[in-house]
Amino acid sequence: MAECHPVGFQWVMEAKARGATIIHVDPRFTRTSAMADVHVPLRAGSDIAFLGGIINHVLSNDAYFRDYVVAYTNAPVILREDFRDTEDLDGLFSGFDPDNRCYDNATWQYEGLETQAAAGQRDQERDQEYDERTRGGAGVADAARGEAHGSGGAAIAEGRPERDPTLRHPRCVFHVLKRHYARYTPEMVERVCGVPRDLFRKVCELITANSGRDRTTAFAYAVGWTQHTVGVQYIRAAAILQLLLGNIGRPGGGILALRGHASIQGSTDIPTLFNLLPGYIPMPHAHLHEDLDAFVQAQAAQKGFWGDMRAYLVSLLKAYWGDAATADNDFCFDYLPRLTGTHSTYETVQKQLGGVCKGYFLMGENPAVGSANAKMQRLGMACLDWLVVRDFSLIESATWWKDGPEIETGELRTEDIATEVFFLPAAAHTEKDGSFTNTQRMLQWHHAAVEPPGDARSDLWFVYHLGRIIRDRLAGSTDPIDRPVLDLAWDYPVRGRLAEPDAEAVLAEINGYGADGRPLSAYTQLKDDGSTSCGCWIYCGVRADGVNQAARRTPGRDQNWVAPEWGWAWPANRRILYNRASADPDGRPWSDRKTLVWWDAAQGRWTGHDVPDFVPDRPPDYTPPEGARAADALAGDDPFIMQADGKGWLFAPSGLVDGPLPTHYEPQDSPFINPLYGQQRNPARHLPPPHPDNLYQPVGSEVYPYVATTYRLTEHHTAGGMSRWQPYLSELQPEFFCEVSPELARERGLEHLGWATIVSARNVIEARVLVTERMKPLTVDGRTLHQIGLPYHWGPNGYSVGDAANELLHLSLDPNTHIQEAKAIACDIRPGRRPRGRHAPDLVRAYRERAGITDTTGTEL
Amino acid sequence: MGVRTWITSWPVYRQITGGDPLGRGPAAKSRRTERIDPRVATADRVVRSVCPYCAVGCGQNVYVQDGRVTQIEGDPDSPVSRGRLCPKGSASLQLTTGPAREQRVLYRRPYGTDWERLDLDTAMEMIADRVIEARRAGWQWEVGGKRVRRTLGLASLGGATLDNEENYLIKKLFTALGAIQIENQARI
Repeated sequence: MAECHPVGFQWVMEAKARGATIIHVDPRFTRTSAMADVHVPLRAGSDIAFLGGIINHVLSNDAYFRDYVVAYTNAPVILREDFRDTEDLDGLFSGFDPDNRCYDNATWQYEGLETQAAAGQRDQERDQEYDERTRGGAGVADAARGEAHGSGGAAIAEGRPERDPTLRHPRCVFHVLKRHYARYTPEMVERVCGVPRDLFRKVCELITANSGRDRTTAFAYAVGWTQHTVGVQYIRAAAILQLLLGNIGRPGGGILALRGHASIQGSTDIPTLFNLLPGYIPMPHAHLHEDLDAFVQAQAAQKGFWGDMRAYLVSLLKAYWGDAATADNDFCFDYLPRLTGTHSTYETVQKQLGGVCKGYFLMGENPAVGSANAKMQRLGMACLDWLVVRDFSLIESATWWKDGPEIETGELRTEDIATEVFFLPAAAHTEKDGSFTNTQRMLQWHHAAVEPPGDARSDLWFVYHLGRIIRDRLAGSTDPIDRPVLDLAWDYPVRGRLAEPDAEAVLAEINGYGADGRPLSAYTQLKDDGSTSCGCWIYCGVRADGVNQAARRTPGRDQNWVAPEWGWAWPANRRILYNRASADPDGRPWSDRKTLVWWDAAQGRWTGHDVPDFVPDRPPDYTPPEGARAADALAGDDPFIMQADGKGWLFAPSGLVDGPLPTHYEPQDSPFINPLYGQQRNPARHLPPPHPDNLYQPVGSEVYPYVATTYRLTEHHTAGGMSRWQPYLSELQPEFFCEVSPELARERGLEHLGWATIVSARNVIEARVLVTERMKPLTVDGRTLHQIGLPYHWGPNGYSVGDAANELLHLSLDPNTHIQEAKAIACDIRPGRRPRGRHAPDLVRAYRERAGITDTTGTEL
Repeated sequence: MGVRTWITSWPVYRQITGGDPLGRGPAAKSRRTERIDPRVATADRVVRSVCPYCAVGCGQNVYVQDGRVTQIEGDPDSPVSRGRLCPKGSASLQLTTGPAREQRVLYRRPYGTDWERLDLDTAMEMIADRVIEARRAGWQWEVGGKRVRRTLGLASLGGATLDNEENYLIKKLFTALGAIQIENQARI
């Protein structure tokens, strides 16, 4: 955090100055470790074993926050008799279909509910033929449905689950959890993670001592947790631990995603993602005769605010298609294109290679450096008819046809590449109005200071005018494929010499309008009858009263510690989600020290320092009547208002495609056999179709004996498009390097400041060698493991140059999110520069032959 | 210049007689330094902004003089950042005003070996034509007997330093075009 979010880290240091203990868990010793009280180096790819070990410690020492766990989580809920855990099936859960490599989660459900699958799966149940076509529904599982839970949980079946508040029932979640994690002992943690048991115990003791009524512990993570074949389950493991300790919805608690781009939170909320519509509404799948009602019925939860999804979706369709969207035509629901499985960026590359996808826009993105298996990205682009790159400088994704690595190796020839390339210069943040959503869900408006130079334009300008020109071209068309384009509400006011669209008019559309044409102030005002419009329901209120709330800038020193008058956080300007949990079931703060919101009986309302994340006038002792639905079905002690049962999920009966409980599996490429189960890797991981440049490595291969992990530096930004062209930053970090321990340097003859060649089954790169004790050899499963640190910012362009670490990565993906495993790969390292020209692919081939790699290596279950 | 002025302007004299015995403050200030004003003091206006790098969301003050951005500094009012910027945020002036920014549209024709110049309006018209063509070429009404109403002919991968309003328009336009392969950095 001190390296990649330095200014945010000031608050960690403030906490430390006030007595907080800082624990840093990371394979490398970094600036964060230097400021932490405890640094725990662990093997990259072993965090579930580590977190599972802490969960086991908490459960076996009765260190959990019992009152919180019983009232606010699903610990007391009883599971079906036919559920089988990894303890029973050597690393698998019940319901696994080995032929299609996917789970049927019917057996993961609560006892007492009708049998019902997760939203995505329910969606296909009505449609058997579809089921067959998509490999037993794996297509829907493939389609990143898990991400639809960015603003709320998955749906579950109707009915009241059976509960045992004493937590004694052998099939209650609490006991299932206890049994599942019993084998994650300190000895096992030591064996899997390479963390000595005494150091591990110290971490357990520090965390449990700092959790409970009076104290809370926070976890902060970044892509070191998400970029794995089990990435979502890493976060789930932290969620289980934090729920057990009562650290969710309370001040000083939580699991905090430290996101790495100015508006990466916003780009998921208002997604440019294949599987989502704004506000985490799923993109519809292809079905026979599916209309709006059938879609909503399949997707919406029965209980909680997700139960009002129809109002959110209809309001979105009104924002998209305006007057053309009417009740008679299902509000143009049919205009939405349909998914058939996954269409993520890595599938797009396959479609490019296959000649299906012919045109490609890159808007502020540099996949030739920044995406996993960068070579595959370039090969895909070389198959395109046309490519549009919008950026500040000539990034590698704009110039690969001229000077990319494959030109050097002779695998591509410039004169043979048919791709037409347009480079359009982009406007900077200082040259346009607009909002970023930061890592705490807070929107902040930035104002244009000057006009962009030359041909540079904002993406708002580009997309608006592109749409305008296309609509002009298609005007008068009677072809039904053009109807959604011509009916689109695309009438934004433009300003000035450049005809820049008014960004605040777009924000106003996102916020939404009522039937009277006035700005809405809360998503609870949205209607499902077409009388309201709203471009993103969770952002409703950002322009309440016609005021740009995201542009509010009351100085921090002039307001309370929550600082609610700086920017605007979704939803409803709440700064801590699920904060009803900061009060006990009776509505009183758990302790004076940890007060946030509480029930004011005299006023009959929730009140507090933050905006209460609850129905404002619902008393703590409220019990919903039979048959109540959506928000009306929330009891007064159901703090998790977006969850289908109002509770925090220790056990996830639906919503995940790879298991209801996090389980340690080895990374795709691992030098170790899984010490915990016979099941080596995540059985549901997403493996794209075989490709000769995307081969995997055998388990425990001596040819690739080391573990590499990629990371960022303070002085550079992701794939370098915003830092390698800046002289100051390039001077601070002038070229690509790798970090190795003195022991590994001795073992492989690497010299400090000399060169090293690093090889995986995919590719070979070279880097300057930094020999440092910051990299500690670990003892894993009884032998020494060396790890290699690889900052991934570089490519051949700009002032600061070097090979791209992402050349080494494979495309084995997390099945919930389709995110690549960038953080734990196996490789070899040797002294000297990499071979040039065709000798580079020759070296990669020689390694593959030595390791006996074929098309199917590593693809076994 | 009189002798007295000459002596009193001598840094060592100032160091001994003034309130700066270690010579690390005003005593060491040169006449040239004394005569110049910081860019932030002479700016015509200050525009409130947000750092474009990571997602912490540090406040920035953008100083503008004669229609040009002359300095970018941390915003002390921000409860997020309290005026601080990291090395990247501090380099935003170079990011936004540096010579490495391309300011003109460039075009590489099929099989071409180098860039050519192209007028922005022409480029926009050409891109619109190609979108319409690729959209039609990759159009699917049905897949396996199910209505899909979509195209696989074009795709987009966006960064995550785009504004919410920009992402909103991208998703809206491309969805209406029937394109589903719309992705961004958040996948990665």
